[in-house]
Amino acid sequence: MSEPFTTLTSKTVILSQANIDTDQIIPARFLTTTTREGLGKAAFYDWRYEADGSEKPEAILNRIDPAEHRILLAGKNFACGSSREHAPWALYDYGFRAVISTEIADIFTSNALKNGLLPVVVSQNVWDDLASQPDQPVTIDLEARQIRRGNAQPVPFEVESFARQCLLNGVDTLGWLQSNLQEIEAFERSRETV
Amino acid sequence: MPDPKTLFDKVWDAHVVRPETADTPGVLYIDLHLVHEVTSPQAFSEIEARGLKVRRPDRTYATLDHSTPTLPAGLNGLKPYVTPQAEAQVHTLERNCAAHGVPLAGWGSEDRGVVHVMGPELGLTQPGMTVVCGDSHTATHGAFGALAFGIGTSEVGHVLATQCLLQRKPKAMRVTVIGELQSGVSGKDVALAVIAAIGFGGGTGYVIEYAGEAVRSLDMEGRMTLCNMSIEAGARAGMIAPDQTTIDWLRGRKHVPADYEAATAEWLKLATDPGATFDKEVVIDGAAIRPMATWGTTPDAGAPIGAPVPQPQSDSDRKAIAYMGFTPGEATTSQPVDVVFIGSCTNGRLPDLRAAAEVLRGRKVKPGLRMLVVPGSEAVRRAAEAEGLHEVFIAAGAEWRIPGCSMCIAMNGDVVAPGQLAVSTSNRNFEGRQGKDARTILASPATAAATAVAGVLTDPRVFLNEVVDA
Ligand code: SF4
Repeated sequence: MSEPFTTLTSKTVILSQANIDTDQIIPARFLTTTTREGLGKAAFYDWRYEADGSEKPEAILNRIDPAEHRILLAGKNFACGSSREHAPWALYDYGFRAVISTEIADIFTSNALKNGLLPVVVSQNVWDDLASQPDQPVTIDLEARQIRRGNAQPVPFEVESFARQCLLNGVDTLGWLQSNLQEIEAFERSRETV
Repeated sequence: MPDPKTLFDKVWDAHVVRPETADTPGVLYIDLHLVHEVTSPQAFSEIEARGLKVRRPDRTYATLDHSTPTLPAGLNGLKPYVTPQAEAQVHTLERNCAAHGVPLAGWGSEDRGVVHVMGPELGLTQPGMTVVCGDSHTATHGAFGALAFGIGTSEVGHVLATQCLLQRKPKAMRVTVIGELQSGVSGKDVALAVIAAIGFGGGTGYVIEYAGEAVRSLDMEGRMTLCNMSIEAGARAGMIAPDQTTIDWLRGRKHVPADYEAATAEWLKLATDPGATFDKEVVIDGAAIRPMATWGTTPDAGAPIGAPVPQPQSDSDRKAIAYMGFTPGEATTSQPVDVVFIGSCTNGRLPDLRAAAEVLRGRKVKPGLRMLVVPGSEAVRRAAEAEGLHEVFIAAGAEWRIPGCSMCIAMNGDVVAPGQLAVSTSNRNFEGRQGKDARTILASPATAAATAVAGVLTDPRVFLNEVVDA
């Protein structure tokens, strides 16, 4: 399970390309796993490794310390493509705890929020500003729904209210869904008697 | 008079168990949950760790498709799985289905197929239903007027345990394709033209309803192709209102309601009411659509075959064109093609194979080019073989395989080699989608077949005795 998310302060890694799809985040050949664990190695595998498995020394994700770079600053329409939850699992296991982009795919957003990885959508201006100083730590405050950096004006962001509560308090979504069981049964009965 | 509603509103509203509030998403009931081996193992583990069973195995249906080999077992009787892990994944689903009483169209079942080919074929998919699957191309089922969308593995667990999902209602977009489609233009060409018009992320946050006479004129398979690719514009789902074409197609299928006439009367009421409004409207001239192909590494990078590769508008375009090995201003029809793939949940159905066979009949695949034809299901395979289509493919020099996802996702060992150029009837041309460093052009089955003959990307109307305009 992921840890609760309240406030995160970290340096960012920039992958500015638009339309980084789920096949880039984790290539399909790593999807034959039957567990959630250990996918960090597969994150952006073809960007990080040669065909023979040796590291590409120039790849940014091989040059940084993931423990110090918890925020991925990604280009427009991030994580488009497949519904594979392996994508947030891989990013989380690599070390990311948040992704900031100007546009993030729907299914990925839903998957990420369930796995302790916070997707944050910002305007192009804010994105450009953050990208101009990657080494300066950024604070993402989920309680206040704000991004802060240095003395700059805090930037508000939106996040679905229930997902936010779940992240802040570690609410178990399946458990919550199950608490509706009586209503679900009543719904089924009402339809079957029509 | 109640407020006019869209098709999407009607299906959504009929499935709300608990309405959404500012603080909590709604609880949405799911009629049909389709399951495959890749996105389900962790969901079964999750519910088992909580001591839960699959709540409605009768609303759950599983198949094997993504990791399965498309070549027959060897002389030793063993299936040629790409890795032991792929085999273990298949066995995990077999075990999970047995333990939870979930029906599985497994090896040896005459019903097995790619999940989005199989569901409609068996009549599991019906108008007005909510359908989900741990797979982004679930939108395919929307062709029947179902609300069908892809979910992640955690949500697969939610549906297994409760038959429900936590959801906020997406926005609604209508894409109207007016006019009459020209002959030689297929559902795939319409899909590529629509995605090019909306843009790759242009549908994010929306459910699309496809309308207009050009959409109505498509057969069910063409409509499935169109809805299938809704996700390639970023949309959650694509839907088409049921009509006589829908009713005729589903009649007599294995799982349709016993009182079919009563059901169809309800289905016909699902159409969007006059005066219902959409958050966004897009109109496309269907008569202007030509056979399409992609030039970049996103599905929206499509253009009529023969059109020059555009001048890059961004760094991403530049990178995509460089990856594809194209030059701006040049047509994509000059590069030798190495591989042609016909199959997938986008274009692996019987009319797709017929369209390809029509081009290939009496012709040969260009020497040196590899052509793979993979039917979308066992039923498609049987029907194609009954018509002798497999003989047309084999005589032309193509490989005729066992149903599965195959080169669409390239996780079963069917891959395009590094650097090779493929023309594929699947749905994604992402970098490396069909194998590391593989280059993919998306096109229709007829285009793929014409390309296999000519050895370069080719407008199929050349072989279908049609006049090709500029
Ligand atoms: S054929 Fe391709 S898109 Fe369709 S279900 Fe299989 S992998 Fe997904």
